[in-house]
Amino acid sequence: MTALDRIPRGARGVAILGIVVGLVGLELALPPLQVQAAAVPVVLGLAAAACAIWALTREERKLGIWALLVAVVATAFAIWVQGKSDTSTSLVVNSGLFAATLVYATPLAYGALGGIFCERAGVVNIGLEGMMLTGAFFGIWGTVWSGHWAIGLVVAMLAGALVALVHAVFSIHLRADQIVTGTAINFLAVGVTGYAFIDIYGSNGTPPSIDSVPSITLPGIESIPGIGGVFGSLNLMIWVVFVLLVVTHLLLFRTPIGLRIRSVGEHPRAADTVGIPVYRIRYACVMLSGVLAALGGAYLSVGFVGSFGQNMTVGRGFIALAAVIFGKWRPYGAFGACLLFGFASGLADRLQSVAGVSPNLLATLPYVLTLIALVGLVGRSRPPAADGQPYVKG
Amino acid sequence: MRDRATAWLTAKSPAVLLPVGTTLLAFVIGGLVVALTGHNPGSAYRAIFNGTGLNYLLPWTSSEDKDFAALNLQQTLIITTPLMLTALAVALPYRCGMFNIGGQGQYVAGIVAAIVVGSHGAGLSKPVHLTLALAAAALAGAAWGGIAGAMKATVGAHEVISTIMLNWIAIYGAQYLFELNGPLQGPLPDVPQSDEITSSAKLPAVWGVLQPLHAGIFLALAALVVYYVLINRTVFGYEVRAVGYNADAAGYGGIPVARSYVATLAIGGAFAGLAGACDVLGWEFHIVTNDIAVSQIGFIGIAVALLGRNSAIGIALAALLFGGLQVGTSARALDPTVFPPQLAGNLAVIIQGLIILFIGAQLLLVYAWRARRRRGAEPPPVPRVDPTAA
Repeated sequence: MTALDRIPRGARGVAILGIVVGLVGLELALPPLQVQAAAVPVVLGLAAAACAIWALTREERKLGIWALLVAVVATAFAIWVQGKSDTSTSLVVNSGLFAATLVYATPLAYGALGGIFCERAGVVNIGLEGMMLTGAFFGIWGTVWSGHWAIGLVVAMLAGALVALVHAVFSIHLRADQIVTGTAINFLAVGVTGYAFIDIYGSNGTPPSIDSVPSITLPGIESIPGIGGVFGSLNLMIWVVFVLLVVTHLLLFRTPIGLRIRSVGEHPRAADTVGIPVYRIRYACVMLSGVLAALGGAYLSVGFVGSFGQNMTVGRGFIALAAVIFGKWRPYGAFGACLLFGFASGLADRLQSVAGVSPNLLATLPYVLTLIALVGLVGRSRPPAADGQPYVKG
Repeated sequence: MRDRATAWLTAKSPAVLLPVGTTLLAFVIGGLVVALTGHNPGSAYRAIFNGTGLNYLLPWTSSEDKDFAALNLQQTLIITTPLMLTALAVALPYRCGMFNIGGQGQYVAGIVAAIVVGSHGAGLSKPVHLTLALAAAALAGAAWGGIAGAMKATVGAHEVISTIMLNWIAIYGAQYLFELNGPLQGPLPDVPQSDEITSSAKLPAVWGVLQPLHAGIFLALAALVVYYVLINRTVFGYEVRAVGYNADAAGYGGIPVARSYVATLAIGGAFAGLAGACDVLGWEFHIVTNDIAVSQIGFIGIAVALLGRNSAIGIALAALLFGGLQVGTSARALDPTVFPPQLAGNLAVIIQGLIILFIGAQLLLVYAWRARRRRGAEPPPVPRVDPTAA
């Protein structure tokens, strides 16, 4: 296949063109260009919408709807920005927003990668939230106990694996309903971490200054305007999640192990027939998902906040689950969803302080988008065929 | 002798022994946690029991203790009321083969509707206003549950995922409505809470003075009866159960499967919406914005339904257990010199989690079954509803 063949043609190409045009219209309205004429984004938005409709009427449903969404959102945002002064816009949209996006997206990404492993192997994991919370607490506990963040992360991973082992034993060997078990994990995690937190640290909370995960400063990149503000100084765990993302994709889709994991999730009987150990792979994947989710929680406590509070994950595990579904059980797709949800959180912070937009309203965005994805408006999400079904040998 | 005992155990366990044994096991493990952290589990559990106010019913409680116990028992019953209703929100769809995790969202939807209707229309007579407020809450809950049902019926979206998403949309949405400068914020400009319910929309008190038990408990008990009759004595209930056992076979037999999905989730949502109305019209009378995300009534309803094995009587008893646990471990009811309430509140969550875990695996049943199989007998059929069966 030559490079030329890879350029999308026809309706698909037009839809992509529409998305690009819509984004250009948005970019023109934002600093540093900031074209102060509403006509420009409106014209470009209309062009994008036209592309979208052209594509929609020619059977390119998925990308067409995306183009339409981009056209509407970009145009509305560009018009809204028109009346604002130069400073207030740059307060909202700057490199800090993209750095905040990465900070918000990272715990979700850890959880989502864990969720992908678990569900790709055919075990539904509603307990991601509880596993993240467990990691958040035991990460802090290990760090305070040992005085070193790395040991804290190891303790968090062990605790996450242990909780995941409970989920695995009950849902694989005892064949309990995986949704019930996941719900139980969420209850148990809240209770156990809350009990241990009060029992160990009392009402004063965790110690004020603990060893936290360092940031990696890249001297060359830091000074570049724009990119430097985003990637110049990032927490080590953010870089790790980038690596894990690529490794997960390669492992799942480019190795024999990944093929086995997916076959166990799609058709365990067939996998068993050709000698793939279904139970062993499911156990490994569930525990790996506990380890990854716990790392996500530990990023919140040890990596970011530097303390623990009761039930501090407040639904992030469920957003990670939403990202898995929104990203169609694929690592890059789920990571894209995490970035989108992280961007919404970062934007919510800024819009509240600058424009008084309710952060609560923006907080519903991940869940609304996931509902839309479930209905199939922008490419219906389909889980692995054997997801949630216990496998009986024999 | 042992064989007969095991046979009896396996025959009776699904109905009675399983929930009772599971509860005991969870409390024993909870007691171990208490003992391991240097407290006396016996005195801790006794203090929690006294905190529930259930000692009011014991004949040897002295009359001055009874006054205090009555206050606690009123609280326990106030919490039991919405738990029965949110448990029904789980139980009815469960009989149709679906797992409704969305009780919390439907409960919140009911709260919002009850507040909107209950804080306006001050001129209305009490029966009219109260009925309107309750109906609005039930409708809001039904709509919130119905969305998930419609999504399942039309495009096959899994109800567990959609109801989880709807929970958080309801929670953040309600926080938005009642936050500072939110569209439904109450009269005080600096206080993030809703309007007050007018007196004409308040549920009448039936027992007590300070924070009395309200008439909502009769509503909840009536809902249990409605649930029992609906499931066991109507054509609709027969269809729902048929879909729950095998949706494909039911559909082949001419039962409208899609309608059963939408109807059970909508009616379940209506029960959860009524739970929200009971809390708001019965004793809270307004909602503080920060309390919306803290509330767990809908989530605990899942535990109640599972422990009550989706039967009306089971749900009533399980709701009393969890309502008591909630009040008995609260800071206002538990003697802090015996066991710190902060620990006790988390202990209650641990016990709830353990009960869900063990009930989900039918742990005792599996154990008895294995013990029997080791002696070479045929395994008894394990009755269970597979909630993921589409």
